[in-house]
Amino acid sequence: MNDIMLSIRDLHAQIGARKILKGINLEVRAGEVHAIMGPNGSGKSTLSSVLAGREGYEVTAGSVEYLGQDLLEMAPEDRARAGVFLAFQYPVEIPGVNNAYLLKAALNAVRKQRGLPEFDAFEFLAMVRDKMKLMQMDESFLNRGVNEGFSGGEKKRNEILQMAVLEPKLALLDETDSGLDIDALRVVANGVNSLRGPDRAIVMVTHYQRLLDYIEPDFVHVLYDGRILKSGDKSLALELEKRGYDWVRQEALVA
Amino acid sequence: MSTQQHDLDALVAQKYQHGFVTDIESDTVPPGLDEDVIRLISRKKGEPQFMLDWRLKAFRHWQTMPKPDWAHLKIAPIDYQAISYYSAPKKKDGPKSLDEVDPKLLATYEKLGVPLHERARLAGVAVDAVFDSVSVATTFKDKLAKAGVIFCPFSDAVRDHPALLEQYLGGVVPYTDNFFAALNSAVFTDGSFVYVPKGVRCPMELSTYFRINAANTGQFERTLIIADEGAYVSYLEGCTAPMRDENQLHAAVVELVAQADAQIKYSTVQNWYPGDENGVGGIYNFVTKRGECRGANSRISWTQVETGSAITWKYPSCVLTGENSVGEFYSVALANHYQQADTGTKMIHIGRNTRSTIVSKGISAGRGQNTYRGLVKILPSAEGARNYTQCDSLLMGDKCGAHTFPYMEIRNPTAVVEHEATTSKIADDQLFYCRSRGISEEDAVNMIVNGFCKAVFKELPMEFAVEAQNLLSVSLEGAVG
Repeated sequence: MNDIMLSIRDLHAQIGARKILKGINLEVRAGEVHAIMGPNGSGKSTLSSVLAGREGYEVTAGSVEYLGQDLLEMAPEDRARAGVFLAFQYPVEIPGVNNAYLLKAALNAVRKQRGLPEFDAFEFLAMVRDKMKLMQMDESFLNRGVNEGFSGGEKKRNEILQMAVLEPKLALLDETDSGLDIDALRVVANGVNSLRGPDRAIVMVTHYQRLLDYIEPDFVHVLYDGRILKSGDKSLALELEKRGYDWVRQEALVA
Repeated sequence: MSTQQHDLDALVAQKYQHGFVTDIESDTVPPGLDEDVIRLISRKKGEPQFMLDWRLKAFRHWQTMPKPDWAHLKIAPIDYQAISYYSAPKKKDGPKSLDEVDPKLLATYEKLGVPLHERARLAGVAVDAVFDSVSVATTFKDKLAKAGVIFCPFSDAVRDHPALLEQYLGGVVPYTDNFFAALNSAVFTDGSFVYVPKGVRCPMELSTYFRINAANTGQFERTLIIADEGAYVSYLEGCTAPMRDENQLHAAVVELVAQADAQIKYSTVQNWYPGDENGVGGIYNFVTKRGECRGANSRISWTQVETGSAITWKYPSCVLTGENSVGEFYSVALANHYQQADTGTKMIHIGRNTRSTIVSKGISAGRGQNTYRGLVKILPSAEGARNYTQCDSLLMGDKCGAHTFPYMEIRNPTAVVEHEATTSKIADDQLFYCRSRGISEEDAVNMIVNGFCKAVFKELPMEFAVEAQNLLSVSLEGAVG
């Protein structure tokens, strides 16, 4: 069995006085794909935000260890350089900033950290063109402003393109399926699947089982009111699809 | 205060990097201003009588004018008698070539990133370097002379081309125009003169680097650019200044004249010392810049990137007299620390079917106050005139301010005038997005600011755009080439 990549222990986090995460425990090993499911407001997006280092969340207890480092102590850019990638639920628009420019700067920041030589424009282009084919994206995307005027589906594809280019060790996908039609979902899932590998872990946060038809998880966790109430394999997702979330809560209450 | 806000504050608190003083003997007149000082300046420059007479008329008019008082600037009273009005590097006979230029002076340019000989040769730019008040080196004169283009220090033009001077001087900015224009007309010491004859496309971009060096010496540059019928010229002006404790006054006048079918592109990157974190010691920059599209189908474009000065008061303007003439104004103004910028443009539509475009990008950081003040005036004669104005403001942090005062006077019912304005903050989620991709906060801020300014930067000549981006500490775009 592979070594543990990510270890979350008793993680508590809040926004202002509102407690959102109330003791998360999770271990993720290289090569694994985890799905975290749960109803609205259960803390799914908070978990991915805290792991990526977004401001505004206060961690009040617990720890997160990533490849032997205290993840919570690291600045967001250091986490990214160390191989953590967050695919945003709502990617922001940055007007006037060239999509390719951001991507090249990001890639070179990561390469530098890994002790690799920085890519020049030609090397970068050659690499990114390949990945764009995979994501069925037109090359004109490179010259547009970051997410500027992109449709919902285009934004999500762009996120996975970035992931494919940056080749993270740990990818966090925050509701990547939301707002996608079935064709776009297939393309995005294809992209994610192509990145599965023994050295990479993927944690996807999702609302619906639908995504899991395309990206098969090794583990499914049910997040409810800031805690993981139940964990299982992919059959758990199918059961949730059939029965909803309430039975999980009932079961937890009994236990 | 969140840590992010804290980092942002640290970032915007960066010190001015071009602060140094060159130790060169200056030939400086004692502080004070009266008619004798003006006569002295005129005599030192060996001017013809008409020039002295004009200076004296301007001085007498200036004495009758009230000191200006602007709505959105806080200015300590300026003691005009405490300023020295003339300062020239000591010279024997004047350098004939770069070899004769004081090496210390050249070293100063090196520090500024203006390796005159190298840069000029490589970039094909003729540099008329103004050091304090006297031009010390002019390159590429021959090539320009072959094309018939006159590009020389203003004082040479006064001696060598008096007829052109008498015809054009004060034609766009008369000495009665405003307080600082009157003062400049009385005491200006140097500047640049450009004349591009009929049908000539100036073979290179013309560039002047201004620099204030001697303590307490007000700079009163005067620039006159004339593009005769069908001519084209692109002129670049860049400024940096050494660190100082006392405020320095700069009151330049720039006049542009575009005859029929002529085009003038005037680009400025301005990086004068803005004062320290507490606002002490920066340059006062009160400039009158105006161009007249005198002939039909002429075009004047002002592009400016303003990052310096304690106080900037500047409205590059276009008077659109000729039919179908076009005026353009593209501006990026940054106000940081305690800087105050009150800048904008005036577009005066007189001729039929005249068009103007205004794109203003204001960035406020620290305790900076950034004001856009613009006037679009369409006279009854300007049948079919059109204006498009876009004013965007970007705020960094929560102690700065952005203000927009667009004035419009429309006196012809056929005019079409559009105005768009936005104000935004560098959003935390934009910063986080970049950082979550491995980009440092500083680079992320630069990237976002650069994107914000893109519409203006693309109007600058290539090498200048790079410099402008560097000035804003913005990384260069162009990953795709």
